Amino acid sequence: MAAKKPNVVKKILEDPSIEEYINIFPNKVGSKGYDAWGFNIKNMKSNMRLAKWLFNDFYKVEVFGLEHIPKEGRCLVIPNHSGQLPFDGVLLAYALLTNPNGPRAPKAMAERFLPSVPFIGNWLNSMGAVIGDPVNCERMLENEEAIIAFPEGVRGSNKLYKNRYQLQRFGSGFMHLAMKHNAPIIPVGIVGMEETIRSYADIKPLAKFLGLPVAPLIIPFVFPSKVYIYIGKPIYFANDVHKEHDIKERVEQVKVEIDKLLKKGLVKREEAG
Amino acid sequence: MESKRTILVTGAAGALAKRVIDRLKKDYKIIAIDFRTKVDLGIPVESYKVDFNKRIFEDIFREHQFEGIIHLGRISAQELNRFTRYNANVIGTRKLFDLAKKYKVPKTLVLSTYFVYGASPYNPSLLDETTPLKASELTMDLVDSVELENLSTIYLYKHPELNITVLRPCNIAGPGVRNTFSQLLSSKRSPVLWGFSPLMQFIHIDDMCEAICVAFEKNIRGVYNVAPDDYIGFQDAIKAAGAKPIQIPSIPPMLTEAIAKLLNWKSFPPYLINYFKYPVIIDGSLFAKTFNFRPKKTLEDIFNYYRSLK
Repeated sequence: MAAKKPNVVKKILEDPSIEEYINIFPNKVGSKGYDAWGFNIKNMKSNMRLAKWLFNDFYKVEVFGLEHIPKEGRCLVIPNHSGQLPFDGVLLAYALLTNPNGPRAPKAMAERFLPSVPFIGNWLNSMGAVIGDPVNCERMLENEEAIIAFPEGVRGSNKLYKNRYQLQRFGSGFMHLAMKHNAPIIPVGIVGMEETIRSYADIKPLAKFLGLPVAPLIIPFVFPSKVYIYIGKPIYFANDVHKEHDIKERVEQVKVEIDKLLKKGLVKREEAG
Repeated sequence: MESKRTILVTGAAGALAKRVIDRLKKDYKIIAIDFRTKVDLGIPVESYKVDFNKRIFEDIFREHQFEGIIHLGRISAQELNRFTRYNANVIGTRKLFDLAKKYKVPKTLVLSTYFVYGASPYNPSLLDETTPLKASELTMDLVDSVELENLSTIYLYKHPELNITVLRPCNIAGPGVRNTFSQLLSSKRSPVLWGFSPLMQFIHIDDMCEAICVAFEKNIRGVYNVAPDDYIGFQDAIKAAGAKPIQIPSIPPMLTEAIAKLLNWKSFPPYLINYFKYPVIIDGSLFAKTFNFRPKKTLEDIFNYYRSLK
């Protein structure tokens, strides 16, 4: 048993195949490897190694529909959100980073509390997670980046286990931005993350004491779970409606598409046993 | 012989003011003043210790016809108590603007700081000049910095003839600079918050001096961020400067605050704790475009300097 751990660490740290992706990222970074949103290309090597291990060995992810991700130019990738910690974003980002049709180093719009979480906030930030502020998203779309946004926010990621695979309320910010900046929306359904970290309650007084947004009552164990990612076809919305009611209808259209992809994933998982 | 135009430089005891004076003394007759001390700047610079709020301050305006004012003098939160600081920084600046108006000084440059935006987990990156100033929401110790800005903006629009330019630089670093983050870079051991490494921007004192001189001479009134488009995580910066990070517990927040108060380090003041956690990245593109300015010194130049001190 004692020999197993070093082997895992060794596998993560000594994986030579990561280099080929690092060398082709087109991201513009400064002299110390950082861009204005905290993405750090110098950290990518170790971050991607860990993400690769999570993707291939821990979650054994299967991805369908990678051909729908544009090789270049702005786009908004819109998945469901689950699993307490934003590892769903890490897995989806890794799928885009290693897309054989054209790798993209995406930015991910993260919950606003992310910077206040020690270690994880910084780590995810250096991989491309950015707080979900419309100003950030606008600037990055203008920079022709691929952006992953979770319209459910913490409502999705920190929902209780009993509510798994029930899409929570979607914010409409992503739709405003997609319309304004003429960016395609790519719906994504992720199946498998709900089972990894299970929350049975949110202990609000503890969250307040620790200065954190949530304090979920969880089983302190990350359950291994096979993950399926279904990427849908791009949807384009013209910038021709302005009433919030009409925009919400369009948000619902995207939600329905994601729900269909989720159901596809759940069926696939059932079939695989 | 053509007599030189006269300018007033405040905060003469500071390293930045000394550089600005050195850079401009060829072209201008310089009257240097400081709230704290009389500084010997050598001939031909006239230097005075003066309190802006005393009547004698007006005598300087009576005796000289100023072409412009470069207002760099600010009492930092480390120096005096909140009340004295407010009087010197805010009330004193109002007195300065009123005298500039009375004696028809045609241009004034005010040095502010990026601290005025406030360090918050909700800050987007690349804050532009229209972003609300939230620092006073975080701590009473930065109220005077925000009020100084508000006052400058009121005078900027109410009295356009003063042609006020406000500069909000990122962290100024390099020889002689003694602000909080510069002290951290120059120390052998520097406190950092466990699990936090906010993205930061640094501008070399030489570049900041150049930015002030260019903005003063071109005088296009308005508010401008001054920062390079290059970034580094705080803990990486500490290591790059050759310092050893000392990890301070970061949760719960009240423990961090208690440690900061107990340690009472000048370089780890409790009112700046949020700046050790969250990034305040400013967009310097308006200044760069308006004044055709690009910093010459790189981050590596800055860290090389601090490494050479170790």
